[in-house]
Order: sequence, then C-alpha cells, then structure tokens
Amino acid sequence: MDNIAGRKPALGWAVNISVILIVALWIFPTLGLLVSSFRTADQISSSGWWKAFFPTEQTDRYRTADPDEARVAEGDLYVVEGRIFEADQGIELSSWGTSARDVSAYAPGDTADLGDDGQITVEADGSYRWSGTDEQVSGRGERIFATALIPPEFTLRNYDNMLFGGTSDSITKAFFNTVTVTIPATIIPILFAAFAAYALAWMNFPGRAILIAAIVALLVVPLQLALIPLLKLHLSIGIGKGYLGVWLAHTGFGLPLAIYLLRNYMAGLPRDIIENARVDGATDFQIFVRIILPLSFPALASFAIFQFLWTWNDLLVAIVFLVDSSGDTTVMTRHIVELLGTRGGNWEVLATAAFVSMAVPLAVFFFMQRYLVRGLLAGSVK
Amino acid sequence: MHPAIQAVLTVGIAVIAAIGYFYLSNLLLDRVLFPARGKNAGRNINRANMIRPWIFLFPALFALGLYLAYPVIETIRLSLTDRVPGGYEWAGVDNYVQMTGDPKFWEALRNNFFWLLVVPGLSTLFGLIIAQLTDRLKWGSVAKSIIFMPMAISFVGASVIFKLVYDYRPAGEEQIGILNAVYLALGGSEPQAWLTIPGLNSFLLMVVLIWIQTGFAMVILSAALRGIPEETIEAAIVDGANPFQIFFKIKVPQIMPTIMVVWTTITILVLKIFDIVFAMTNGQWGTQVLANYMYDKLFRSNDWGVGSASAMVIMLLVLPILIWNVRQARKEMR
Repeated sequence: MDNIAGRKPALGWAVNISVILIVALWIFPTLGLLVSSFRTADQISSSGWWKAFFPTEQTDRYRTADPDEARVAEGDLYVVEGRIFEADQGIELSSWGTSARDVSAYAPGDTADLGDDGQITVEADGSYRWSGTDEQVSGRGERIFATALIPPEFTLRNYDNMLFGGTSDSITKAFFNTVTVTIPATIIPILFAAFAAYALAWMNFPGRAILIAAIVALLVVPLQLALIPLLKLHLSIGIGKGYLGVWLAHTGFGLPLAIYLLRNYMAGLPRDIIENARVDGATDFQIFVRIILPLSFPALASFAIFQFLWTWNDLLVAIVFLVDSSGDTTVMTRHIVELLGTRGGNWEVLATAAFVSMAVPLAVFFFMQRYLVRGLLAGSVK
Repeated sequence: MHPAIQAVLTVGIAVIAAIGYFYLSNLLLDRVLFPARGKNAGRNINRANMIRPWIFLFPALFALGLYLAYPVIETIRLSLTDRVPGGYEWAGVDNYVQMTGDPKFWEALRNNFFWLLVVPGLSTLFGLIIAQLTDRLKWGSVAKSIIFMPMAISFVGASVIFKLVYDYRPAGEEQIGILNAVYLALGGSEPQAWLTIPGLNSFLLMVVLIWIQTGFAMVILSAALRGIPEETIEAAIVDGANPFQIFFKIKVPQIMPTIMVVWTTITILVLKIFDIVFAMTNGQWGTQVLANYMYDKLFRSNDWGVGSASAMVIMLLVLPILIWNVRQARKEMR
C-alpha cells in the first residue's frame, strides 16, 4: 500500500520531520519541569532548565576564611590560605574580582593589590592566598567574586525534602490522602454499575430504553450542579466533610460512565453463551457472576483506569467534599495549588511536588495504555 | 487508625455488602416471594423475572438519582431562593438579575465562549492532523504515546508545567520561562508577564487544555481513520488523487461522525473547565470562566443563590449537546 499510495519520498521526509517537531513540542513543557525538579534552587533561578545539560558560567560571591582563626604569621605580615571551593568539584575559575563593581577584574593567578602591603591571589583551582598587615588581615574574611564554568549537576535533594523532609511543604501526607480517596472511589462504582449494566444489556423489562437514554443524558450533566445540594445533604445527614462524603460523591459522578461503558461491552458479548446457560437452568445471578463478569474484564479494567485517573487528578470534588480548614485531609492537587500561592517562585518545590503527584498516573498510563485506549473508544458516545 | 486503612476496610465492606445484597435479594425473590414450585410455579417465575431487573438496577439508580438527578432539581430551586437566617426565602429571578448585573459574570461568559470557539476546534484539528501523519509511520505508536501522555496528567499538574513555561522575571535577570527566553531570542524588547496580559492570557490557558486534549482526539480519530475501507482510498489513487485530496475529500468525510463525537466531548469538558483557571490565574486579569465564577460565588462569597444561578447557566449550555447525545444513542439502539 505504501508504494502505491501516491507518496513521494520527499513527502515521507516531511512527515517524519513534522512529527518529530510536534512530539518535541509536546514533550518540552513536561521535560522542563522534570529537569527542574532535579536542580537546586540556585541553579533553577540562575539559568533556564534547557541550559542544565551544559556547563554554565556562574558568578558567585565567596569569602575567605575568618582571619581571626585562620591567619598565620609570616614575618611582619599575616597570611590566610584556603580554597573558595573544593578541588574535586572540577570547577575552573575564569576570572575573579574583589569588588561587586568589577567582578572579573583579574585573571586566575593574578595578584590584586589591596593597598599598603595587602594583596590577594586566586588560582584557577579556587585556592587563594591573602596576605597583609595585622590590621588588614583581621575582622571578616575578604570578599571574592569568582566567575567559573560550573559543570552540569543534578540532585535528588528536592525529592528527599518533599517526601521525607517533614516540613509543611512536604507532600507525603497529601499523597496518602489521595490514595485514601482513590481506592474506594474507584472500586465502589464498579460494584454498583456492573449489576445495572447487566440488567440493561441482557434483561427485558419495560422502560429499559428510557433508562439507557437517561444514563446517556446524565453522562454530560455538569457536576458543578451537584456541589451545593450534595454538600447540604451531607451536612444534614451527618456525613459532613470527610472521606465518606468524597467516596460517595465520586461514586455518584462515576456511575453514568461506568454503566454506559459496561453495558455497551456486555451487550456485545455473544448471545449464544447466555442463551445456552439459560437453557441449562442457570439463574441470572449465576450467569452474571460466572459468565458475564469474567468476560467483561477488559471493560472493567478500562473503567477502573479512567476512574482512577479521574479521582487521583481531581481537584474540585476533593476541595468541596473533603478538604476542611484543618488541612489534615488535603489531597495532592489541593496541596500543589496551595504551594502555587505560597511558594510561587520556588520551582524546586513546585516541580518536585508536581512530579510526585504525576508519578502514579503516568505509571498507570504507560503500563495500561491498551485498556485506556479501548475504554476511550468505547466510551465516547457514537 | 490511618484513613488509608479505613479506605481498604471500606472497600472490603462495600464488596461484601454488594455481593450480599445481590445474592440475598435474588434468593429472597426465588425462594420466598415467588418460589418456582407448587401450582403457581409458572406465574411465579414470570413475576420474579419482572422484578429481578429492578433488583439489579436499584443501587445504581438510587445513587444516580441522589447524586445527579436530585441536585439538578435542587439547584433550580436554590437559584430561585435566597438564604436568610434560619431558612430560605423565595426570590424569584432576583439571583439571575443580580448575576446579569455583575460584569464579572459577563466576562466569564465571554471567556467561556472563546474557550468553546478555540479549544474543541484546535484540539480536534491537531488530533486529526497528528493521527493522519503518524498513521503509516514506523515509530508512529511511540509518537502517539508521547502526545497522548498529557491525558494522564492532572489539570493542576499541567498548570504547574505551563506556569514554568510562562514564567516571568524582570528585565535584566536570567529568564527561566522558555516562552520569554524564546521571545527575547527572537528579538522581543523586554520580558513579558504573559499571564497578566488581558486577552492573551486566556489564550495561554487554553493552550494547556489543547495540549491535554489533542491526545484524546488523536487516539479516537486514528482508530476511525484505520476503520476506513481500503477500497475507497485505492479507488481514489487509481483516479489520480493526490495525498491531500485523499485526506480531505475521501477520509475526512467518512469519519465526520467521529469528528463530531470528539468535538462535542471536548466541548462539554470546556464548558466545565475549572482547575486550570483556578490554579493558574484564579480568574484574575480578565481570565474568569463560568465554573470558577460559580466556585467564587458558592464558596468565597457564600452566595448560594447567584452560585446556583450560574451553575444553571452551565447546565443550559450543556443541554443542546445532551439532547443531541441522547438522540444519537437512541438512533443507534434501533
């Protein structure tokens, strides 16, 4: 087919290149945040993430060791020797200076005159020698502004801080809260929906067509309408804001899709199997449990993945039905929105938190893409 | 007890309760109420079979009624009442009048309209183009996976991702947002605080949703493209059609119903869009949308009347699609 499809080789190249460009465009934003989550706060704010893979020229302010402790007498003068950074870091100085006005006044190895007998020398590897009179070499250490090529460096410290740091930024608690919301919110709708889907697919009763139409209609009812009435209901029957409420809400909101997906799938199962079982005297309950349920596994898996992704990523339902002012029940999406407000410029915190929250859905996505695609194809109203 | 343990316990209880309910209710129906024995055996079997569907349906219908149908009616009622100390007071259309007098509401409605115009169209278009381009590509499935990936990312996560893209630092500082870096590299005079520029900022928020939804459109449309009968394409090639003609005149018309499905699905999502605006601008700088306006009214101003009224506006906008969907579904059932 390829060779007769009227394709010219030039067109093939154009297709390849444009797909590469599109893929790059799509992956770039995520990649930026991922790379940032492995950089220190200083690195993130001093250069764009796309420069993280190359050595960067960076000017930093250092101070020599405290003269009162480190100085050594040498004839009339006092000397302080040391390093502004460790030799094993592989950093090489390109220029340095002693004043903020001219940070690259000297080349490595030059000696700067500090007036009278005072002088300082900084070598390319970061070692310095500062000498001067008793009066000069005292008080605070001498300032050195050093410009150097810093090799690319990545760190896991952000993840360590966010997961095990125990600070108020830590996302560990929110992670477990999200898990707590997700498990029942994924499984309970399936229990309700599977039986209903079987009835709608394989049982004959008056009103069936109308019920199916009603399910299709409920599929698109905006859940915004449900917020206040349900919160009111939960408060009046004593559930209040809490896990039970959010589980019930997710169950209700997930049901139309669950019933719709499962009914479509079950209705497509071969009629012979079910008729034969009926003839053999199986009850509907037996047919459902022994035949329909095992055969419907792909549809159950599809819905479970959908519902899982939806409840894991949900913000609105959680903040309305679960999260209260105590903050003990905050979920990850809510936590990140809060961080966006309070730590807006701290990308090492934000990027790491976002990736912790995305790790599980992305893993589910890549391992179970097949079911996800199948569910999407079955779930869109044709 | 940690809530996570509570969650697992709840799942266990729910599973046992569900199985118990269905098993016992069937048992009750077959053995006690209408036993298939004695002189009325035949009549009893028929009666049991008339009731059984409702046993299977009851829990789901109850939950649907309580969690989706009842709220619609309650929201209509709330939108026509005012909350007063100790109860509710009939307010007629006062809430709607108050809402339409609020410039923020019109801003939200206008923005939603632009979202509707831009996002479903562009997502579907990009999805279609990518589906066609990757169709015969050797590494097409890898490319599709990557473009599909944002579907797994939460709107909040995507907002963080794009906030970094749009990040702004004052002129003279090193720009860490790639948009500003590119803008300056292309000769822009000074870095822009993108999310505060009215008009443009709404569009930049739409980009986030397009980025997420293109994968969805692509997956569905790519399956539809594969379902096109080969003969129609072969016939077009024999007649001398070029690849563009094949795409626009042979393939697109055949998958038009699927394109409509994708378009309406994304349209519904756009009408309800909340998280992205809430996380990125919270409706400031002229980016308000209906769902966030409603959230503001309900939970910040505590004005349930106007909040419910704006929820009704969302419902009204969804209604045409709802009716269309139900019609399509009934047509298919026949």
